[in-house]
Amino acid sequence: MQPHRRSVTQLILFNVFNGLIIGAFYALMALGLSLILNLSGVINFAHGGFLALGGYFAYSLMPFTGFWGALVLAPILTACIGILVERFLIRRLYGRDPLYSLLLTFGLAFILEDATRFIWGAQSVPFQVPAVLTQPLSTSFFFLTGYRLFMVALVIVAVSGLFLVLGRTRFGKRVRAGTLDLETLSTLGVNVQLLRTLNFGFGIYLAGLAGVLAAGMLGLQPTIGASLIMPSFVAIIVGGLGSLPGTLFGGLLIGLASGLTAVFFPSATEAIIYVIMGIVLLVFPRGLLGEEGRLQ
Amino acid sequence: MTNAFNKSNLLVAVVALLLLTMPLWINAVGGYTALGTRVVVLALAAMALNFLLGFTGVLSFGHAAYFGLGAYGAGMTIKYIAPSTPLAILIGIVVGTLAAAIIGALIVRLRGVYFAMVTIAFGQVFFFTAFRWNSMTGGDDGLTGWHRMPIDLGFTTLDIQGDDRLFYYFVLFCFAVATGLMALILRSPFGRTLVAIRENERRARFLGIPVDQHIWLSFVISCGFVSLAGTLYALLNNFADPRALRWDQSGEFVIMAVMGGMRSFWGPLIGAAIFVVLQDYVSSLTENWQSFVGVVFILVVLFFPRGVLGIVQRKASA
Repeated sequence: MQPHRRSVTQLILFNVFNGLIIGAFYALMALGLSLILNLSGVINFAHGGFLALGGYFAYSLMPFTGFWGALVLAPILTACIGILVERFLIRRLYGRDPLYSLLLTFGLAFILEDATRFIWGAQSVPFQVPAVLTQPLSTSFFFLTGYRLFMVALVIVAVSGLFLVLGRTRFGKRVRAGTLDLETLSTLGVNVQLLRTLNFGFGIYLAGLAGVLAAGMLGLQPTIGASLIMPSFVAIIVGGLGSLPGTLFGGLLIGLASGLTAVFFPSATEAIIYVIMGIVLLVFPRGLLGEEGRLQ
Repeated sequence: MTNAFNKSNLLVAVVALLLLTMPLWINAVGGYTALGTRVVVLALAAMALNFLLGFTGVLSFGHAAYFGLGAYGAGMTIKYIAPSTPLAILIGIVVGTLAAAIIGALIVRLRGVYFAMVTIAFGQVFFFTAFRWNSMTGGDDGLTGWHRMPIDLGFTTLDIQGDDRLFYYFVLFCFAVATGLMALILRSPFGRTLVAIRENERRARFLGIPVDQHIWLSFVISCGFVSLAGTLYALLNNFADPRALRWDQSGEFVIMAVMGGMRSFWGPLIGAAIFVVLQDYVSSLTENWQSFVGVVFILVVLFFPRGVLGIVQRKASA
């Protein structure tokens, strides 16, 4: 192979891989959003704020716990904040027009972004990942750093964990049942209130985890969440409303698409995912893997 | 019945009087003419959104897109095509309305939260276009290097560029025409049908009403008026800002409508006045005014979901 051709192939491979990583982020965020949306009918606009919070918690914990400790603790802390928010704010709005929960999380997103700026400063802060993870694995595939592979592995673990919890545990079965018919579930004696709270916390946990991972790759700044939330919406819509595998697929798809667009038409990197959304909605109004009767 | 009729007439009269005399008293209460103009422009945007939100019952969170398209349409017309204010307004409205017609057709089958989510997401296309297309739109810095033009009426010239007060009355004139048109549409059989869809979509469908077409048309009309507000906003600032296209601007329109009272025609005007004045005041005091806006959102949702006029009306009927 000629050197020039090889570098083009490398460039494409690099961007495909990059796209898949970004897609994995989108998917991780979108899965949390989907969990909450499906069970509670709430679009959590503050999801990006929680993601940023996860990253900053890890940043503050690291001097005490090291990277690995922060990786475990920061998402849990974020989830605790999420549970408090659900318990004291969002819970009051169940059963009312979805307009109100949307406005509330909208306001919350403003507050979280300002709060992170107030506490940790508007400038981006450096986020050190362990040296073991930063070396490139080979010289010809310079972009395959250990950290990136580690991230992909962790996303795979988190997503498999999520599907295992939903498929195998009693909690997961109740969440799935509640998504289909909350009233019947409540009549059967399940504490729906508690279920929604835990489910919300679970969704926020995923956002916090995504935040720690994103911080290691993109660095930390207060607007980090805002830039990741819109693509997560698109991932949900493209993948199909009400379908978690769809959300996962949607996230990877749009990540890959923006990665490839970055090679051929860099200025459309952001816009391409909305074009894909338009096409998908035109052909499949429910999204690629959307279920019948979930348009309302 | 007659009592209520009188009350709403009285409200309109008071609002009209306040708006007509605004330049006379606004300096005395610590404001400035451009602030009054901003209230009227954003009130028009919030009322246009409420055409869809309050009177059709469809939740759009992406109206900033069409507001911003109006703004860029007007600014780019003056900068690149012809230095004419009426032409700028016309092109701004056409661009925003066309975009709404296309996107509306894609999303009209969705409802509720999903409709909201898709409208937010689609709004971002225009934001990124304005943000990235540096050579034409000025990118992150916004579209500068142009200003509104005096209007030549043949027998006289309106110097809306040099005279702030004259521009205020020009904006107020546009506001009056637009809200008058909206009120007429809402009183027509078409407008009554929209309210019927809001009240019970399924029943409306059973009556043979083509619901999707009605919602599409309502969306397009609403976005058309929002684009008009956008053109006026750009003319007011002599500037088009990519942030006018972004999702937080959409959220602000919604909160204005809710804060004033979604179920009432004039509610969003009151909401916009409160919001704009508060924002102007708080942003002069602190850098963290964004949190303040967030707190306003949460307080309104938790404690004033019916808005100012909703509370007044409930008190009146009780």
